[in-house]
Amino acid sequence: MKGPSPRPVKRLLAGASVLLATIFIFAFEQPAVRVSSTGLAGPRPLEDQTRTALVRDYLAAWQSMDRALGENDASLLDADFVGVAKEKLSSTIEDQQKLGLRTRYQDRSHDVQLVFYSPEGLSIQLLDTVEYDVQLMDHDRLKATQQVRARYLAVLTPTEVRWKVRIFQALPQ
Amino acid sequence: MKPGIAFTLAACFVAATTVFALPPRVGALELPKTVVAGNAFSVSTEGSGEAVLYIVGPGQVLRRKVQLGEEVLFHAGEVHNAGHYSVFLVGPSSTQSSEFEVTSTDQASTLSFLAKPSRLPVDVHDGISGVVYVLDAFRNLITQPTAASFELSGLGGAAQTRSAPTRNGVAWIELDSAAKAGNAQFLVHVDKVSEKRIVQEVPGDPCTLRMSARQSDGRIELETDPLRDCRGNTVSDGTIVTFTERYDGGETTVDVPLKRGVARTTVPAHDGSVISAATGVVMGNEIRWRSQR
Repeated sequence: MKGPSPRPVKRLLAGASVLLATIFIFAFEQPAVRVSSTGLAGPRPLEDQTRTALVRDYLAAWQSMDRALGENDASLLDADFVGVAKEKLSSTIEDQQKLGLRTRYQDRSHDVQLVFYSPEGLSIQLLDTVEYDVQLMDHDRLKATQQVRARYLAVLTPTEVRWKVRIFQALPQ
Repeated sequence: MKPGIAFTLAACFVAATTVFALPPRVGALELPKTVVAGNAFSVSTEGSGEAVLYIVGPGQVLRRKVQLGEEVLFHAGEVHNAGHYSVFLVGPSSTQSSEFEVTSTDQASTLSFLAKPSRLPVDVHDGISGVVYVLDAFRNLITQPTAASFELSGLGGAAQTRSAPTRNGVAWIELDSAAKAGNAQFLVHVDKVSEKRIVQEVPGDPCTLRMSARQSDGRIELETDPLRDCRGNTVSDGTIVTFTERYDGGETTVDVPLKRGVARTTVPAHDGSVISAATGVVMGNEIRWRSQR
């Protein structure tokens, strides 16, 4: 009796490794980010260190949201979201669990504009024109993918060690 | 039967069976580009057969089994979180996609009001800040410009009132603290909604410091006049007054907290000693002690 020919197996393995590499690159691809603070309202000057930390934490929040909605695990939101934003995302995760859905939000680019720094330093508001891919899975089967360009508004507040997103809402284009 | 007619009939039969054998295709998907949060809306579908309609966004997800060709109605309150939504109509063999925005309502329902600081000295220019985020009944940020009215009223003097329009859902203001110490009420109104915070306005630093001295059982008893700030408010108890006695190259220092606006202490009585008092950046009078025999 003949065993399977080694050539198709090799081809299969090569194909699989290319696919895995593509998935790996896609999963860890860093989004392009542009940040501007011209036109920032409020009497408080924004220090470079604050700006860097804020943008870093905001981008991390997108990663957390993607993972939390992709894995239906609301605890993944704890590090980056607080208040209304966290409650709404957690409620979405709860609905997804009930319906057997999962969604991914893979951000490809951000054009962030810092628009307001409150006088007492307890909130920063930004607008972000973001491009991302939405993936919808129903009972673990990929149903649809869509490329989206939307304008988000986020309000971040400082916590013990980092800025957390308190309000997170897309605006009409 | 002529061969031509037979061929045509056969072709029609093949075409018909192919059409009926194929799963139904999802036709065009029509929906409004924007919907106000909480409002009812409908999605029109084309085609025939069954499909699944998904509405997907970070704020909400919905799934509906639909009959293609029928209108799908979303009732009031069903989609209530403002944001961007992707819409997918997934049939057995094809998918249609679209997108739409849900906007906040224009009725303020909740105000997220930050008044800072909660305690500050009187008479500080732009010392109090108020920041208000305006949210609707679904806790969406209302991004349409809305007038916010701020009012700070204390024990004495007229209330300070200012208005500021919201921009991207936020309005802010800076106000002076009052001349008279006490609890001030800081109010913000948007439409018919208001929020209140209490700001404690405490006396400022002492404006002048004056002390007197008298002999008492071989010691010098020192007492300040009641300490007041430059607006006449009695300086807060606990404020430290430092008494210093210099004599024969030596120095004795006593720190005394104010009690009911007055600081009292005793120092050794040395003939020719020089006694001074200070609090914060204010120096008081100096007394050269002569023993009263």
